[in-house]
Amino acid sequence: MIKVMYFAWVRERIGEASESIETEAATVSELIEELRRKEPRYNMAFSDLSALRVAVDQTLTDFDCPLADAKEVAFFPPMTGG
Amino acid sequence: MKISVQAEQFDMGAETNAFIAAQNGMGAIVTFSGIVRDLADNPMRYMEIEHYPGMTEKAIGEIVKEAVSRWSLGDACVIHRYGHLHVGEPIMMVATSAPHRVDAFEAAEFLMDYLKSRAPFWKKEVTQNDANWVDAKNEDEEALNRW
Repeated sequence: MIKVMYFAWVRERIGEASESIETEAATVSELIEELRRKEPRYNMAFSDLSALRVAVDQTLTDFDCPLADAKEVAFFPPMTGG
Repeated sequence: MKISVQAEQFDMGAETNAFIAAQNGMGAIVTFSGIVRDLADNPMRYMEIEHYPGMTEKAIGEIVKEAVSRWSLGDACVIHRYGHLHVGEPIMMVATSAPHRVDAFEAAEFLMDYLKSRAPFWKKEVTQNDANWVDAKNEDEEALNRW
Protein backbone atom coordinates (compact mmCIF):
# COMPACT_ATOMS: atom_id res chain seq x y z
CA MET A 1 0.00 0.00 0.00
CA ILE A 2 1.21 3.45 -0.85
CA LYS A 3 -0.21 6.75 0.32
CA VAL A 4 -0.85 9.09 -2.61
CA MET A 5 -1.41 12.77 -1.84
CA TYR A 6 -2.62 15.65 -3.98
CA PHE A 7 -2.23 19.37 -3.40
CA ALA A 8 -3.62 22.63 -4.79
CA TRP A 9 -5.43 22.27 -8.15
CA VAL A 10 -4.38 18.63 -8.46
CA ARG A 11 -6.34 17.94 -5.26
CA GLU A 12 -9.31 19.91 -6.58
CA ARG A 13 -9.36 18.08 -9.91
CA ILE A 14 -9.10 14.66 -8.34
CA GLY A 15 -11.47 15.58 -5.54
CA GLU A 16 -9.44 14.01 -2.74
CA ALA A 17 -6.49 15.09 -0.59
CA SER A 18 -5.06 11.59 -0.21
CA GLU A 19 -5.80 7.93 -0.72
CA SER A 20 -4.16 4.58 -0.14
CA ILE A 21 -3.43 2.64 -3.29
CA GLU A 22 -2.47 -0.98 -3.82
CA THR A 23 0.01 -0.87 -6.67
CA GLU A 24 2.74 -2.84 -8.39
CA ALA A 25 4.09 0.30 -10.11
CA ALA A 26 7.89 0.33 -10.09
CA THR A 27 8.27 4.04 -10.76
CA VAL A 28 6.31 7.28 -10.38
CA SER A 29 5.59 7.24 -14.16
CA GLU A 30 4.08 3.77 -13.91
CA LEU A 31 1.92 4.89 -11.00
CA ILE A 32 0.71 7.87 -13.06
CA GLU A 33 -0.19 5.57 -15.98
CA GLU A 34 -2.10 3.34 -13.59
CA LEU A 35 -3.99 6.30 -12.11
CA ARG A 36 -4.79 7.74 -15.54
CA ARG A 37 -6.46 4.48 -16.55
CA LYS A 38 -8.57 4.50 -13.41
CA GLU A 39 -10.99 7.35 -14.07
CA PRO A 40 -11.33 10.45 -16.29
CA ARG A 41 -10.66 12.84 -13.38
CA TYR A 42 -7.20 11.29 -12.94
CA ASN A 43 -6.60 11.30 -16.67
CA MET A 44 -7.40 15.01 -16.70
CA ALA A 45 -5.28 15.88 -13.66
CA PHE A 46 -2.25 14.09 -15.12
CA SER A 47 -2.69 15.18 -18.75
CA ASP A 48 0.20 17.67 -18.71
CA LEU A 49 3.14 16.39 -16.68
CA SER A 50 5.16 19.54 -17.34
CA ALA A 51 2.69 21.33 -15.04
CA LEU A 52 3.25 18.81 -12.23
CA ARG A 53 5.87 18.11 -9.62
CA VAL A 54 6.28 15.00 -7.50
CA ALA A 55 7.68 14.22 -4.08
CA VAL A 56 8.45 10.69 -2.90
CA ASP A 57 8.58 10.33 0.87
CA GLN A 58 8.53 14.11 1.19
CA THR A 59 11.54 14.72 -1.07
CA LEU A 60 11.17 16.45 -4.41
CA THR A 61 12.15 14.09 -7.22
CA ASP A 62 11.37 13.29 -10.87
CA PHE A 63 8.94 11.02 -12.64
CA ASP A 64 11.35 8.13 -13.17
CA CYS A 65 11.97 7.84 -9.43
CA PRO A 66 11.64 4.20 -8.28
CA LEU A 67 8.87 3.42 -5.81
CA ALA A 68 10.49 0.44 -4.07
CA ASP A 69 10.00 0.99 -0.31
CA ALA A 70 8.23 4.30 -0.89
CA LYS A 71 5.48 5.04 1.62
CA GLU A 72 4.19 8.37 0.37
CA VAL A 73 3.94 9.94 -3.10
CA ALA A 74 2.63 13.49 -3.53
CA PHE A 75 1.60 15.27 -6.73
CA PHE A 76 1.27 19.04 -6.95
CA PRO A 77 1.82 22.06 -9.21
CA PRO A 78 5.06 24.07 -9.06
CA MET A 79 5.33 25.65 -5.63
CA THR A 80 4.45 29.27 -4.96
CA GLY A 81 5.72 30.04 -1.47
CA GLY A 82 7.49 33.12 -0.16
CA MET B 1 17.65 28.70 14.18
CA LYS B 2 13.94 29.25 14.26
CA ILE B 3 11.64 27.64 11.71
CA SER B 4 7.93 28.09 12.16
CA VAL B 5 5.12 27.04 9.82
CA GLN B 6 1.96 28.47 11.32
CA ALA B 7 -1.59 29.61 10.64
CA GLU B 8 -1.45 32.44 13.18
CA GLN B 9 -0.44 35.99 12.37
CA PHE B 10 2.96 37.06 13.65
CA ASP B 11 4.36 40.39 14.77
CA MET B 12 7.29 41.23 12.51
CA GLY B 13 8.63 43.85 14.95
CA ALA B 14 8.50 41.53 17.95
CA GLU B 15 10.07 38.67 15.98
CA THR B 16 12.85 40.94 14.73
CA ASN B 17 13.57 42.28 18.24
CA ALA B 18 13.67 38.76 19.69
CA PHE B 19 15.99 37.67 16.87
CA ILE B 20 18.36 40.60 17.48
CA ALA B 21 18.33 40.04 21.25
CA ALA B 22 19.44 36.42 20.78
CA GLN B 23 22.55 37.33 18.76
CA ASN B 24 26.07 37.47 20.05
CA GLY B 25 28.86 39.23 18.18
CA MET B 26 26.85 39.76 15.00
CA GLY B 27 27.27 43.09 13.21
CA ALA B 28 24.52 42.70 10.61
CA ILE B 29 20.87 41.68 10.66
CA VAL B 30 18.78 41.44 7.49
CA THR B 31 15.03 40.88 7.57
CA PHE B 32 12.54 40.45 4.77
CA SER B 33 8.80 40.02 4.91
CA GLY B 34 6.32 39.16 2.15
CA ILE B 35 2.87 40.73 2.45
CA VAL B 36 -0.47 39.80 0.86
CA ARG B 37 -1.04 42.43 -1.81
CA ASP B 38 -4.29 43.35 -3.47
CA LEU B 39 -4.87 42.81 -7.18
CA ALA B 40 -5.18 45.96 -9.27
CA ASP B 41 -8.29 45.11 -11.28
CA ASN B 42 -9.89 42.32 -9.25
CA PRO B 43 -10.15 43.16 -5.52
CA MET B 44 -9.08 40.25 -3.37
CA ARG B 45 -11.22 38.85 -0.57
CA TYR B 46 -8.44 36.75 0.90
CA MET B 47 -5.49 34.55 0.06
CA GLU B 48 -5.55 30.84 0.86
CA ILE B 49 -2.19 29.15 1.34
CA GLU B 50 -2.00 25.38 1.27
CA HIS B 51 1.08 23.44 2.33
CA TYR B 52 2.35 19.89 2.76
CA PRO B 53 2.66 19.30 6.52
CA GLY B 54 5.83 17.37 7.27
CA MET B 55 7.54 18.04 3.96
CA THR B 56 7.28 21.82 4.46
CA GLU B 57 9.28 21.81 7.71
CA LYS B 58 11.77 19.34 6.24
CA ALA B 59 12.27 21.37 3.03
CA ILE B 60 12.71 24.66 4.92
CA GLY B 61 15.16 22.96 7.30
CA GLU B 62 17.28 21.80 4.35
CA ILE B 63 17.20 25.25 2.72
CA VAL B 64 18.33 26.90 5.98
CA LYS B 65 21.05 24.28 6.45
CA GLU B 66 22.34 25.00 2.94
CA ALA B 67 22.38 28.76 3.65
CA VAL B 68 24.35 28.21 6.86
CA SER B 69 26.90 26.08 5.01
CA ARG B 70 27.38 28.65 2.23
CA TRP B 71 27.58 31.91 4.16
CA SER B 72 29.17 32.94 7.40
CA LEU B 73 25.95 33.26 9.39
CA GLY B 74 25.32 33.60 13.09
CA ASP B 75 21.67 32.62 12.90
CA ALA B 76 18.64 32.39 10.63
CA CYS B 77 14.89 32.52 11.16
CA VAL B 78 12.06 31.53 8.81
CA ILE B 79 8.38 32.02 9.62
CA HIS B 80 5.81 31.07 6.97
CA ARG B 81 2.04 31.12 7.34
CA TYR B 82 -0.64 28.98 5.75
CA GLY B 83 -4.45 29.11 5.74
CA HIS B 84 -6.60 32.18 5.38
CA LEU B 85 -4.71 35.48 4.95
CA HIS B 86 -6.04 38.97 4.31
CA VAL B 87 -4.61 41.83 2.25
CA GLY B 88 -1.88 43.63 4.17
CA GLU B 89 -1.04 40.71 6.45
CA PRO B 90 2.48 39.29 6.48
CA ILE B 91 2.76 35.91 4.73
CA MET B 92 6.26 35.09 5.81
CA MET B 93 9.53 36.51 7.05
CA VAL B 94 13.19 35.59 6.98
CA ALA B 95 15.90 37.00 9.20
CA THR B 96 19.62 36.39 8.99
CA SER B 97 22.50 37.53 11.14
CA ALA B 98 26.17 37.62 10.25
CA PRO B 99 29.33 39.40 11.34
CA HIS B 100 29.13 41.47 8.12
CA ARG B 101 26.26 42.61 5.90
CA VAL B 102 27.15 40.89 2.61
CA ASP B 103 26.65 37.42 4.12
CA ALA B 104 23.40 38.47 5.81
CA PHE B 105 21.98 40.02 2.61
CA GLU B 106 23.01 37.21 0.27
CA ALA B 107 21.82 34.45 2.60
CA ALA B 108 18.44 36.20 3.02
CA GLU B 109 18.04 36.41 -0.76
CA PHE B 110 19.04 32.79 -1.15
CA LEU B 111 16.47 31.77 1.48
CA MET B 112 13.77 33.80 -0.28
CA ASP B 113 14.55 32.36 -3.73
CA TYR B 114 14.44 28.80 -2.44
CA LEU B 115 11.37 29.28 -0.24
CA LYS B 116 9.51 30.54 -3.29
CA SER B 117 10.10 27.51 -5.49
CA ARG B 118 11.27 24.66 -3.27
CA ALA B 119 9.12 24.83 -0.13
CA PRO B 120 5.75 23.12 -0.68
CA PHE B 121 3.35 26.05 -0.42
CA TRP B 122 0.64 26.97 -2.92
CA LYS B 123 -1.17 30.30 -3.00
CA LYS B 124 -4.74 30.80 -4.12
CA GLU B 125 -6.19 34.26 -4.67
CA VAL B 126 -9.87 34.43 -3.79
CA THR B 127 -11.37 37.59 -5.29
CA GLN B 128 -14.87 39.05 -5.43
CA ASN B 129 -15.44 37.21 -8.71
CA ASP B 130 -13.36 34.07 -8.75
CA ALA B 131 -10.59 31.99 -7.18
CA ASN B 132 -7.29 31.26 -8.89
CA TRP B 133 -4.21 29.29 -7.99
CA VAL B 134 -1.17 31.52 -8.43
CA ASP B 135 1.06 30.28 -11.27
CA ALA B 136 4.74 29.79 -10.60
CA LYS B 137 6.81 32.23 -12.66
CA ASN B 138 9.69 31.18 -14.90
CA GLU B 139 11.85 33.90 -13.39
CA ASP B 140 11.37 32.36 -9.94
CA GLU B 141 12.80 29.08 -11.23
CA GLU B 142 15.58 30.92 -13.07
CA ALA B 143 16.43 32.84 -9.89
CA LEU B 144 17.76 29.59 -8.42
CA ASN B 145 20.45 29.38 -11.11
CA ARG B 146 22.39 32.31 -9.72
CA TRP B 147 23.17 30.33 -6.57
